[in-house]
Amino acid sequence: MEELSLHILDILENAREAGATKILLWIRESRQEDVLKFKIIDNGRGMGKEMLQKACDPFATTRRTRKVGLGLAMLKATAEACGGGLRLVSCPGKGTRVEASFQYSHVDRPPMGNLAGSIGVFLVGTQSIHLRYIHRKNGKRFVFDSKAFLKQAGGLSFQEPRLFALLLNSLEIEDKD
Amino acid sequence: MASLEELQKIKAETLEKMGVREAQDKIKIVVGMGTCGIAAGAREVVLTIMDELAKRKLNDVVVSQTGCIGMCAQEPLVEISIPGSGKVLYGKMDPMKCRQVIAQHVVNGIPVSEWLVK
Repeated sequence: MEELSLHILDILENAREAGATKILLWIRESRQEDVLKFKIIDNGRGMGKEMLQKACDPFATTRRTRKVGLGLAMLKATAEACGGGLRLVSCPGKGTRVEASFQYSHVDRPPMGNLAGSIGVFLVGTQSIHLRYIHRKNGKRFVFDSKAFLKQAGGLSFQEPRLFALLLNSLEIEDKD
Repeated sequence: MASLEELQKIKAETLEKMGVREAQDKIKIVVGMGTCGIAAGAREVVLTIMDELAKRKLNDVVVSQTGCIGMCAQEPLVEISIPGSGKVLYGKMDPMKCRQVIAQHVVNGIPVSEWLVK
């Protein structure tokens, strides 16, 4: 995948398939400390030890366990090639936490890409999931809460095309660089 | 963050237009959003669909997602079901094809046969 935001979308979709109702997406980018990290924490059905060990192995997954097949393996390879790594913590019945880190300035680090698009696209098909998104970027902090946004819209759904356009705008972070 | 007035204006207008339509009367668009779909460009497909629906003011189309359905080589996959005329599945979609499918199929009811998955 060419963008980190596509990996983030992939993990969010895993969380959805795992039946999560609450998801926290936390991202920190710091040029000064030369680090880019993200965490995705969900309250889905989680994985046992055996499954967790297989989660990053693309060849050990079967069709039934496909929900954590190729995606995490690719992310792990990318993170490790960029001076970082991938950490998976999961507890059956409680949820899963995925943490990835990268050296910010590493030449092979994929760009973040269209993160607002990834989050927006995820939310379109998942009305009932409460997503909180916290992004710290070079000292600035950005916070988004899907429940609060929908409450403001007074019962409309993200499916409403104009509300969706507004959602994408709201997800844009100002400090682009 | 979006302004409250803006959101409430959209709400008022949308509720007005929605009328009495029931869920089963709605056109449904389902996009494959497994790892295979995402890697093949499903995100851009959904963004294009939402953009096109906004431009055409199509408010009663339900857009949703599904995981991998085992046809990874055909991703991005887009399934369109129109009440009364069944389901069709489009494969190897991209933003340009999406715009045409919405114009020709969703709006005018004629499937774009060359992109259908057999």
